[in-house]
Order: sequence, then structure tokens, then C-alpha cells
Amino acid sequence: MRSKEGNPARAAWLVLAGLVVVMLTIAGCGGGGSDTTGGGSSDEALQKVGKGEGQLNLISWAGYVEPEWTKPFEQKTGCKVSDKEAGTSDEMVELMKTGQYDGVSASGNATARMVAAGTVAPVNTDLVPNYKTVFSDLKDQPYNTFEGVNYGIPHGRGANLLMWNGNDVKPAPDSWDVMFDPKIAAKYKGKISVYDESSYIADAAMYLKFHQPDLGIENPYELNEEQFNAAIDLLKEQQANVGEYWSEAAKQISAFAGGDVTVGTTWQYQYFALKEEGAPVKASPASQGFLPKEGATGWSDTWMIAKDAKHPNCMYEWMNWIISPKANAQVAEYFGEAPAQELACKETANPNFCAEYHAEEPDFWKRVYYWETPLADCGNGEENCMDYNDWVKAWTSIKG
Amino acid sequence: MGHRLAGLFQGRRRLQIGALLAGPIGWLVIGYLGSLALLLVAAFWSVDPLSGLTVKSFTLENFEALWNEPVYRTIVWRTVRTALLVTITDAVIAFPIAFYMAKVASRRGKALLVVGILLPLWSSYLVKVYAWRTLLGTHGAINWALEPIGLHGPGYGTTAVWLVFSYLWLPYMILPIYAGLERIPDSLISASEDLGASPFTTFRRVILPLSFPAVVAGSIFTFSLTLGDYITPRLVSNDQFIGNVIFSNIANNQPFAAALAMVPIVVMIAYLLVARKLGAFEHV
Amino acid sequence: MLMRLAVAIGLAFIYIPLIVIVIYAFNSSKILEWPPPGFTTHWFSQAFKDEPAREAFFTSLKAGLFATAIALILGTLASLAVARHRFFGRETISFLVILPIALPGIVTGVAISNTFTQVLDIPLSLFTVIVGHATFCIVVVYNNAVARLRRLSGSFEEASADLGAHTWQTFRYVTFPGMKSALIAGGLLAFALSFDEIIVTNFTIGAGEQTLPIWIFSNLFRPHELPIVNAVAVVMILISIIPVYLAHRLGGEDAGAPGRGGGGGVETEATAVP
Repeated sequence: MRSKEGNPARAAWLVLAGLVVVMLTIAGCGGGGSDTTGGGSSDEALQKVGKGEGQLNLISWAGYVEPEWTKPFEQKTGCKVSDKEAGTSDEMVELMKTGQYDGVSASGNATARMVAAGTVAPVNTDLVPNYKTVFSDLKDQPYNTFEGVNYGIPHGRGANLLMWNGNDVKPAPDSWDVMFDPKIAAKYKGKISVYDESSYIADAAMYLKFHQPDLGIENPYELNEEQFNAAIDLLKEQQANVGEYWSEAAKQISAFAGGDVTVGTTWQYQYFALKEEGAPVKASPASQGFLPKEGATGWSDTWMIAKDAKHPNCMYEWMNWIISPKANAQVAEYFGEAPAQELACKETANPNFCAEYHAEEPDFWKRVYYWETPLADCGNGEENCMDYNDWVKAWTSIKG
Repeated sequence: MGHRLAGLFQGRRRLQIGALLAGPIGWLVIGYLGSLALLLVAAFWSVDPLSGLTVKSFTLENFEALWNEPVYRTIVWRTVRTALLVTITDAVIAFPIAFYMAKVASRRGKALLVVGILLPLWSSYLVKVYAWRTLLGTHGAINWALEPIGLHGPGYGTTAVWLVFSYLWLPYMILPIYAGLERIPDSLISASEDLGASPFTTFRRVILPLSFPAVVAGSIFTFSLTLGDYITPRLVSNDQFIGNVIFSNIANNQPFAAALAMVPIVVMIAYLLVARKLGAFEHV
Repeated sequence: MLMRLAVAIGLAFIYIPLIVIVIYAFNSSKILEWPPPGFTTHWFSQAFKDEPAREAFFTSLKAGLFATAIALILGTLASLAVARHRFFGRETISFLVILPIALPGIVTGVAISNTFTQVLDIPLSLFTVIVGHATFCIVVVYNNAVARLRRLSGSFEEASADLGAHTWQTFRYVTFPGMKSALIAGGLLAFALSFDEIIVTNFTIGAGEQTLPIWIFSNLFRPHELPIVNAVAVVMILISIIPVYLAHRLGGEDAGAPGRGGGGGVETEATAVP
């Protein structure tokens, strides 16, 4: 019998070597430039909304797409809604890149990136009748309008909350000291809950803006190297006391409910869920009553439509629906945020809702630092600010 | 027609081998290895910070970043160390069970034990990890059991990760060792006893060397499954393992994630080659 | 004796968390407190009524069946080549086949997903999930098949050829019957792998679909759904007793026979678990 076994180890090395050579070749002469899939104002927005396609695939924050207002939408338009809940903006940007979704409720630290990546298309606001009565300080903002072109429909806005267990954390905090000041935070070692995304660096920067003004921090998202390193050091100190870094809202709820954490940053959504379960939690802004003295980071969310969405008509119907007075009132009260729609204030179950959430007070929102994408461009003529990649890398080294 | 086709292969070894291998090799080499290569190629590229789009020009900056920033070495070492600990733990727990199954249990006992070991494999990985998460929580069953005697459980953290991984992969270690021990003829063990060796000596000089390749075979799974997992560290700790960092970068900085992914791949290939040398792939 | 103690502790270690899951499945409170306040079978009936859970179950079933079928074909082909012939690079096949399972799942998942979406321009769907699953299931079938083929002497096939049968007839009447139970065992284990897989699936599945593990993952932290998840898990454990027992009986028919010499561990009958 002819047996040509050859040297098996040699065969393996040959295959591996071949692959490595192929790889390096592709790497070396692959394209030579970035693969620009467009983006920017060369895209055309939809000109006319036609008949619904029967299906709608959305990406959203927890609590944004609930049966209470989704079922009536499905009945009215025939568009069956399938929603993927994402925990962070990073996740949303990634999911949009797959091209499988029609729309996304994007925060300011995702919108610019999606526009640059070419995964979203401009929105023709003429096709969204309810847009006319959206609060004016939400229109044409830097996080939803790029080079003069509108890219989305405002959904609502809110501030990130400081939440604590009323039984375990005394005295009731009115400042982010309880999470950042080493002496105070050490009292709650292992019980602190922090949002697991690089955007949290801005919270540290905001804290430093108040407590170390000689660093000269103006916008917590535009940090030069010195300011950035100060924020990183603060967060590394905090890491020793952190009990959990959360990215799924429900995971944080179970951690608070189970007593694994007693103080942390959160959204109104978790606060409501915990109060419903009878957990002894308190939060600030309690019904947006006050912000901690340093201010708060927050978000202003925008519904964006995917470029080459498979169901564009349904998406436009959704965008118009979600900012219709009744639906926007429902989602605002369910999640606990200020609605985008002026007329929603008359539809809320709690007649004082808009007042409590400062929906009609532009001055309140000046103390809230909406999530933003960090760029090298400092906005004051200088280009030495840390960009998004720096933030992500720093976050990994903070967590250790 | 079928006859003619089948007849074509008759006696033609090369043709037979080629036909048999075309499918699997095509799938694995072109499909799988090719996909891997395409992914890993990105390790030599970089990413535009705003758009997140890949800039396809050759650069070593990802590897520089991995090398220069100490946190990555911490993370890699934490992952490898846990994988080794888990492997050793599982080997120690698995061996007595496997030995009992192979050499001591009755025929019926053996069947029951095999089914008993395989059953946990069929319960969902996620549910098992979540069960541990609730066991380990501040008000979970472990603290509930230990507090009356003044102790408390490990809570969440690296210890929890080690515990849960050891738990999850234990069947993958028990079964190969059981198979390996089964092949050791009882006569060898009796002969060793007849020659006056104590049970420990028999174990050390007869059983262990003969079953070692099986242990190595089992260790391939405990080691590799720990090396790449990111779900368990996320659910029972705050620790970042290699898989977690790859996961958090794969969306927005795929080149960096690809560079990091090379580490476990290289480690695993090295491990497999060592395992082969130690006889894990040997045919009976 | 000491060994029995070690075995008992080991088994306790394995089963206590499972018992905890079972207890929670009958827990009358929605929150997972310990000890549980009351007993109810409510969650089981909820689980059967839950439509996403049912759909996820059937999707997992479909994915598992197709992935197992592909793995059976490819694994058998490869095993026939390796066990019955000698050729250049034969030893590397075992190495190659184990790679998809030895390398981190996230790497396999992303690599396959990228190839489909960026290179081949094929959208993610159940098909891409099946491709991913089949890739790492091949090794389970392959290991079992090779182990069995090594026990079956090749002389039967030579005799068959001598008697005038061509290759397909030899396979069908001589080789395959001998391999059948090993293939069934391998197929059952491959199915189990595919059914429970989450990481690769996460990256290769399309937007609107869910397999059972994905459904479980999306509901793990939802207080309203979690008890149903526990009930589903218990049902899965119970259902799986049958195929697991079958796999052992079929694959381990000769398991009682004394082994021939020492060594080797990766491919062994019915216990060649990935």
C-alpha cells in the first residue's frame, strides 16, 4: 500500500505559514484608504411616506418601546414592531452597522458616529406632522442636525440620577461626593454601582469642573490631556469602591433589590421599577426636583432612520407616532423623562408631570450635560482634545 | 449510473480521499480558517475615531497599544491564570469521580453515573450561571447557609468566576478521564497490587501515567472554554477577561479587538500542540 | 472510603445549583429570594403559553437539526478519510477539526458573521446560525466516528470489495451499519451543543429571530419573565434525560469491554464530548 504520510507537524506549519503570508499581504495592500460608505448630506431623505410595509425593526433603550403605545401603533398602521433593547450607545452603533434594523433611539454620543459611519439617513421633517409642535430647544441641535441637515426626531430628554438605598445611605446625599470623594465613597465600599461605558468619564470631569476649577474644564466631553488624566485618576480611585459596573438596566435593578449595591448612577426607569417592588430607594433628581450640586450628565434622544432601511414607511409612521401627544406622554411617564412634544404635557396622567420634569424650562437643561461624542476638535480652535478611541481605551484601564 | 459513478472510485485511492475530504476541508479551511484570517488581518489596520470605519492601511499601533498599556497584560494574565486554576481544580475533582465510574461502579451504577454527569450539560449554560449568581448574592443561599456559623460566601469577583467555571466545565473533564481509565486493563492494577505496591504507588506509577493523555484531552476543553468566555465574568464579577475586552471593542474598534483576539488564539494553538505531544490526540 | 466521599462531594457540587434552579421554578414569589416563600406550578403553565419562548424553542430545534445533519455528513466523510486511508497531512485533520471549538467563541462568531455580511453580502438569518453551529459540531461527530472506525477492522471492507461490491455498496452494507450507533451518539451530542450555544449564535443570528438561549439571555434580568425562564430550564432538563440515556446506551455498547492498552482520550465512544 502506498503510504505517503509526510510529516504531520510540517503540514500544520505549512498551512499556518501560508495563512500568515496571505493575511499580511491583504493587510499590507488592502485598499490603501478607508472604506467610505458615504454618509453626509449626499443622501436623500424620503420624499413621501407610502403604505406601511407590515414590519418594523427597532433598536431602543429599555422602556422606550412598550406594548402600551406599541400595540395601538401596530393596529393603526399594520406595522408589526420588533424591538431590540440595547444597554449602551456602543451597542447601538454596532447593531446599526449590521444593516438589519430600520431605526434607533440614539443618544448624542451615538448620533454623530452613526452619521459619520453612514448607517443613518437624513429625516424629512415635513413628513412628520407632529414635529411642528416639538419643543424648540430640541430642534436643530448639534446632536441631531449635521451640516444643517436634520437627522432625527427628538424623543425626550433626561438627566442621569444619583440613586441610593434610603436605609443604608445616611445622610441623604446632595452631591456626587458620595461616589467620588474617597473618604465618603469608602463608607460604601463594594456597594457602589457605576454605568459601564466610557461616557461615564464625563461624570468624573463634571465633578472636577465643580471641585477643581483650576483645571479649567468647561465642557466635560472636551478634555485636553491634563484634564483627561485628572478624570482618569479620579475614576481609578473610585474603582476600588465599586461594587458593579452595570450596562443592563434590569441587572442594576436586581442588584439594588438584592442589596448588592446601595448607591449609584441610574435612570428614572430603574428608580420606578424599584419603587414598584417596594425597595427603599431614593433618587435625585427625585421627580427631577433637584440636581446634585455639581449638575448631572444626561441625554437627549433622537429617533434616527437607517440608511437603506427595509421598512422606511413604517419607520416614518413610528417617528410620527412616538412624538404624537398621547404616545409621547405615555413613554415620558413610563420611563421618567421630559417629553419632546409640547402637546404631550396636556396628556400626561399626572397633570404636573411636565413641570416636575422641567420639560418647558430650557434653563434647567443648561445644567445637564447631554451625552456627546468626544472629538479631538476642542471647539475653541484647539485640536488636542481626547477623542472617542482614547476614552474607550481609558475606560478599559480604569476597570482594570 | 450510480454504479458507474461508484465504480469510478474503485481502487483509486487518491480520488476516494479527495472526494471524502473535499467537503470537510472546503468548509473548514476555506470557510472557517479563511473567515478567521479575514478577521485577524484587521489587526494590522486602524479605525477612524468618529465614524468607526476601518482605515485599511498597514499599522502596528494596535499591538503597540496592547504592549504599552499595562492593563492588557493584567487582563491576559488574569484570564490565563483562571483557566489554569479551573483546569487543575476540575482535574482534581473529576479524577475520583471518573475512577469510581470506570473501576468501582457496577454496570448499572456506571450507566446511572454517566447519565448523571451528562445531564447538567443539557441544562442551559445561562441558567446555570444565573443560578450561581443568585447563590452568590448578598442575600443568596450561600450566605444564608454560612452566616449562622459566622462565615460568608465569596460574593461576586474573581473567586466567583473560578468557582462557576470549575462548575460549568467539570463534565467535560470527567468524561474523557473516565474513557481513558476504562481502557486501563484491570489486570494491570491487580498486577501492581500483587507486586506489593500500595494504592498510592499504584496510582502514581501505573494509573496516572496511563491516564495522563486523557487528563490532557479533558484539559483542552476546560482551558479553552475558560479562555474565551465573557458571559460568566460579566454575570458574577466586575472582572475583565480577554473575552470581555474583545467584546467591548469588536463593534467600534474591530482592528484592536482582532489584535487582542490573537492572544488567546496563539495561546490555544500552543496548548493544542503541547497536548498533542502529550498524547491527547493519540489513536488507540 | 475516601474515594466514595470525594465522589459524593463531587456529585453534590454538580447537582446543588441544579436543585436550586428547580426550587426557583416552583417559587411563588417573582423575586429570587432565599429561602423561597411558597410553592406554585404557575410558571410552568405560563411557560407553555409564552409565545416568544415557544418560537425560540422551535427555532433552536430547527437550527439544531440542520446543524447536526451537516455535521454528520462532514464529520463522517472526514472520519472515513482519516481512519481508512493514509495521506499527506492526515494528522492535521484532527487538529483542524477541533479548532472551531478550541478557539474563543467570540472569535468564531465574529469571523463567520463578518464573512457573511461583509464579504459574501448575505444577511444574517437562521441559515448563518446553522453554518456557525455546524462548524463547531463537526468535531463531535468526527471524534466518535473515528474512534468507532478504529475498532472496526478494515478487513471487512476489503472483503466486501473482493466480493465485487463497489465503494457505495461497501459503505452502505458494511461500514455504515458498524458506525451507525457511534454516529447517532455523535449526532445527539452535536445537537446538545447547538441547542445550548449562545456566543456564536449571538453574532450570527438575524434581527427578528431568537434561539432558546438568546431568549433566555434577554429575559434573565427581567423580573417578570425570570421565573418562566427557570421553568423552561427545568423542562429542558427533564426532556433531555431521554436522548442523553440513549446516547450512552448506543455509543457505549462496547464500553464494558476491557480496554486495549492505555493512552488516548480525545476520540472515545459516546464520551467524546467537546
